[in-house]
Amino acid sequence: MIPTAAKLGPVPGWAILWLVFLTAVGLFAWRVVFLIRLLRLGRPEKRWDRIPDRIKQVLIYVFGQRRLLDEPLVGIPHVLIFYGFLVFLMATTGMLLQGLFPGVRIPGVEGNRYLAPVVDIFAVLVLGGLAVSSFRRFVIRPAGLQLTWDATLVNLLIASLMVTYLAAEGFRLVAWPGESALWVPFGRGLADWFSRSEALHASAPALYQGFWWAHVLIVLFFLAYLPYSKHMHLLASPFSVFFSRLDAPGRLPAPAPQTERMGAERLEEFSWRQLLSAFACAECGRCERACPSHQSGEPCSPRELVHNLKVQLLQFGPALLEKARAAADGGEPALIGGLIAPAELWTCTTCLSCVEHCPVLNEHMSIMVDLRRRLVERGEVDARLEEALRNLQRYGNSFGQSERKRAVWTQGLDFKPKDARKEPVEWLWYLGEYACYHPALQETTRSLARVLRAAEVDFGILYEAERNTGNDARRAGEEGLFELLREKNTATLQKARFNNIFSTDPHVYNTLKNEYPELNHGRHPIHHYTELLADLLERGRLKVGHKLPYRVTYHDPCYLGRYNGVYEAPRKVLKALGVELKEMPRSRRDSFCCGGGGGRVWMEEIGEAHSRPSENRVREAAAVDGAEMLVVACPKDYVMFADALKTTGLEGRIVVKDLTDLVAEAVRVKAAEVPQEKAA
Amino acid sequence: MGKDVWVVAEHFQGRLNDITLELVAKGRELAQATEAKLAVVLLGSKVKGLASELAADVVYLADRPEFREFTPEAYMVALETALKGAQPRIVLIGSTSVGLDLLSLLSARTGCACIDSCTRLELRDGRLLATSQIYGGKLFADVAVPDATTLIAVVPGSFPKPESAAAGRPEVQEIPLPATLPELRIKFRKLIEPPAGDVDITKVAVLVAVGRGIQNADNLSLAEELAEVLGGAVCASRPVIDQGWLPLTRQVGKSGMTVKPKLYLAFGVSGAPEHWEGMKNSELIVAVNTDPRAPIFGGAHYGAVADALELIPVLTEAARKASLKKAS
Amino acid sequence: MNIAVLTKQVPDLVEGVEIDASGKAIDPDSIRYILSESDDHALEQGLLLKERTNGRVEVFSLDTGEVRDTLCTALAKGADRVVLIRTGLETPPSNHTVAKIFATVLRGLSFDLILAGVRAIDDLDGSLGGLLAGYLNLPYVGLVRKIEMADGMSIAVVQKEYPGGYAAELEVKLPAVLGIQAAEQPPRYVPVSRLRQVMKTANVEEKEAPAPEPESVAVERMFKPEEGTGATMFSGTPEEIASQIVGLFSERRLLR
Repeated sequence: MIPTAAKLGPVPGWAILWLVFLTAVGLFAWRVVFLIRLLRLGRPEKRWDRIPDRIKQVLIYVFGQRRLLDEPLVGIPHVLIFYGFLVFLMATTGMLLQGLFPGVRIPGVEGNRYLAPVVDIFAVLVLGGLAVSSFRRFVIRPAGLQLTWDATLVNLLIASLMVTYLAAEGFRLVAWPGESALWVPFGRGLADWFSRSEALHASAPALYQGFWWAHVLIVLFFLAYLPYSKHMHLLASPFSVFFSRLDAPGRLPAPAPQTERMGAERLEEFSWRQLLSAFACAECGRCERACPSHQSGEPCSPRELVHNLKVQLLQFGPALLEKARAAADGGEPALIGGLIAPAELWTCTTCLSCVEHCPVLNEHMSIMVDLRRRLVERGEVDARLEEALRNLQRYGNSFGQSERKRAVWTQGLDFKPKDARKEPVEWLWYLGEYACYHPALQETTRSLARVLRAAEVDFGILYEAERNTGNDARRAGEEGLFELLREKNTATLQKARFNNIFSTDPHVYNTLKNEYPELNHGRHPIHHYTELLADLLERGRLKVGHKLPYRVTYHDPCYLGRYNGVYEAPRKVLKALGVELKEMPRSRRDSFCCGGGGGRVWMEEIGEAHSRPSENRVREAAAVDGAEMLVVACPKDYVMFADALKTTGLEGRIVVKDLTDLVAEAVRVKAAEVPQEKAA
Repeated sequence: MGKDVWVVAEHFQGRLNDITLELVAKGRELAQATEAKLAVVLLGSKVKGLASELAADVVYLADRPEFREFTPEAYMVALETALKGAQPRIVLIGSTSVGLDLLSLLSARTGCACIDSCTRLELRDGRLLATSQIYGGKLFADVAVPDATTLIAVVPGSFPKPESAAAGRPEVQEIPLPATLPELRIKFRKLIEPPAGDVDITKVAVLVAVGRGIQNADNLSLAEELAEVLGGAVCASRPVIDQGWLPLTRQVGKSGMTVKPKLYLAFGVSGAPEHWEGMKNSELIVAVNTDPRAPIFGGAHYGAVADALELIPVLTEAARKASLKKAS
Repeated sequence: MNIAVLTKQVPDLVEGVEIDASGKAIDPDSIRYILSESDDHALEQGLLLKERTNGRVEVFSLDTGEVRDTLCTALAKGADRVVLIRTGLETPPSNHTVAKIFATVLRGLSFDLILAGVRAIDDLDGSLGGLLAGYLNLPYVGLVRKIEMADGMSIAVVQKEYPGGYAAELEVKLPAVLGIQAAEQPPRYVPVSRLRQVMKTANVEEKEAPAPEPESVAVERMFKPEEGTGATMFSGTPEEIASQIVGLFSERRLLR
């Protein structure tokens, strides 16, 4: 009954199978070893820590397919195909073993009462899933999903595997009806259908053998082909998930120590995990669809970035493996300016949406930042970014204004905030440059100061000693500047006396929390002001004088939400204020970036005028039924959206407001009010 | 030391530059006040005719092919020679590309003191006082003109240009230069004209800026007419550029060009910081906006709360009439 | 080819400038110093020429202001040697004095080109480059925006800027002094990491130079221009407003 027991011509079937099997396995192994050697070109990186947590990642993201279910239309089919793959892995292994060792009694799936139905049903489920995903890929054609021969071939191979299995199963049931007790609905259905034809009935054993061989040969072909196609993500993605970053996303990896040059461009300068991204990438395009810059028509594409790294690795990696040839050929061609244009790198806003939506947990951002670091190191920086960086270095703010003017905003207050450099305070308010210097924001800053005073919060500021924390400088690739700022700020903070820190700016919040290690060993909890306000409202230290009758929508800032998981605090505040909150379609971790992060706010606009991320977002906000306000909790968001309202002409339809202003209105704190002085 | 006032003339393509006329008028005034003579140093090739346009007592002339175009060395040699023996009280030069070179070279070579960036020059109690602007106009310094021949470079536009062309019958004296000049180390090759094509708004003296208040592209022609009458160009704040009504090269502001024209006329521009940054150093800023609380009124020199679309055509007419009157 | 670049520190206007108690000079405590902008261009131009001709750039500066930062930055950008000149002067000297000091230092050294920024914001007595050229009897052209070498590097072909977009192309026989208005490309960016590295290992040479009799400009008084609080507003009908505006133009000589 085992097809390989029979002879094919002069040669026994199992001999042929052994030949094909060894060839396929050999090709597969050789290619996989080659790919691993390519990965080892990358620089070392420690990713073997916290193994239990890593196993958990694999369970959630590989077996749980969590990210794939973000897009259910294709997520569900993929889950089916994935589990179908696992099921068939089991079934086919059984078939192969039986085929290779026909004399040995090996338990297989085909006759197994419990397993055969599973395989049978999954074959059809997989075909169903393939139908949906193929329809999507070839007919709907969503952006970012590539139509390649590779994809087509893979789809065909999987489909043919299912079909050959079912056909083999059907013909087996016709040829050996003794297994009528087996409940394999589809196989049995096919068997019944085949039985109607005399000819088919007669040739059933031969046809069974034929389809069995077809199935096994296709599987072996697929095995050998796998590591050459994009389907190698099958092999690589469990590893990419296992070795994914467990650090807070807000902590950008520091440059590798002992490197002469900042950043990476040559293959050997990337870490092996970054190179692994190339193989783990299934080219699904989710990152691209989530990217605000890409959606605005700018050249930025996380998928292309990883893809080009793969191309570079496959094309020039082999030469590097044989160093002599590499040297003779003049070495590896430059990646930046070659496969990757600088514009692609500079248009990234570092919003983290790509990383957040990637099913195989790739880190597009760290690759992008490393490339930016190299551009900065070469001095190839756009003129306006340069100006901002120079200003940061010299004046501690990107506006190019004197550091002495940092606290000018306090002049509109009728009290003087405490100076945390001189006296101890409970809360240190690290404002961030936008809150201090930007004329459109200074009144809001004052509002918050009054609100906090009304709530009797003991807060203080650093006055002229406060400097930009370097979050955006770091993400723009100027690591040296970031370190310089961090040094200065850490020294200032170590001399000041406070228990907690809060900031109005999510960028400041992110870097103080995640990238200032000396601050952070539990001693100084760092909060965003919305968390502080939520707490004050909850505890009744801030009382809502009158509930606000507005209908609003809320924009989750990238550095507050995706980066640090703070979604609820601002919503709690809004709830307490009594406003009616209607969410935008893209909210929480799907929030659509305003386009100002990653230093973009300092750079030339590259994209087309009518589709900037900020404009895209305000249109989305204005489309929310009845929303009269777009509420923000980040100063850059405020500035970007206020501008976008003008350029889209939506100024009359919807207004942008910082959460502070709503709180100030609700608790009725005005400029003229001076709360009672607490008895000393 | 003598009392005479000297002016070094500048000319371009056969015409005396405005700065020269301004300096001659001022020099005349000072010379009369001190009962001194006004002399103009005129260097060039075939420029003798220009002498009659100078309301001076004397014109020291060097009319030779070597001086057809300005080169620092040749002109310096001529001036040095002219100054030898003569000891004018002051020598007025324009603080220009030509003048600055000469000021510095001469000062070093002759040992005469020099003062730059002068915007005011007056006699006070018999003493000559020059006022210079420094630190980008943030500060002014009153400088006592020393009691020896002093070279003074004056910022163009500081002194009024005489209304009418001066009637002059100066005595023309040749500067005693040798027949062949010593080997000159600087030679003129050619004049480079500005590239044709769209206007470089950073180099235009008068800018008519339009903002969102202009409402649509058709109204641009109003602004263009006004710009033409004033001899300037149209520029815009970002919303206008974003709408595609004007090319990027006309954008003023943080993400556009930084301009410092003599006149910046802003219509329907709110004056947001990003725009302000690109034009805040304009010498004269006049803003027109329907919103009395537009930020631009905080920084502009003059303003009016009015509808730009109504005002521009009226202003264009008024300016055109005034120009015609001036010319006649 | 050997290029010398002369740099000067000037008050940083971002911090504002205040007048001291005497009313005759700026208050040194109120200011921070920064490299003069056109000197930054001169350095950039020097480095560009160095790269094109395989030459050397040496940067010189007097010891006023935050000079070390500037000189280290110059090294990080690619200068071959930087020299700090100690003068022992207490107040920033006039350009004549500076030029004389540089003349003493540079005389006898064989530089093909000496580049300086054509103008600094605190210039009251002429342009440093022009004065220096006068003292050293070298040819000088100011407001240079482009330099090309010709004739086996014995001649520099320069473009001198005139208003309205015009420029003159001049041939200058070397050695010469040039006053730079703008370099052919904006001053290059030095990443902070490289600058910090250079500052650790930099060798800033020092040279003593005897200060000559200081020649200063006799400033009697320094003052700030009158500040307005917002615009002077015109009002009335459009015709009335237009008439007032045109009157203003006429007064300011803005009508053609």
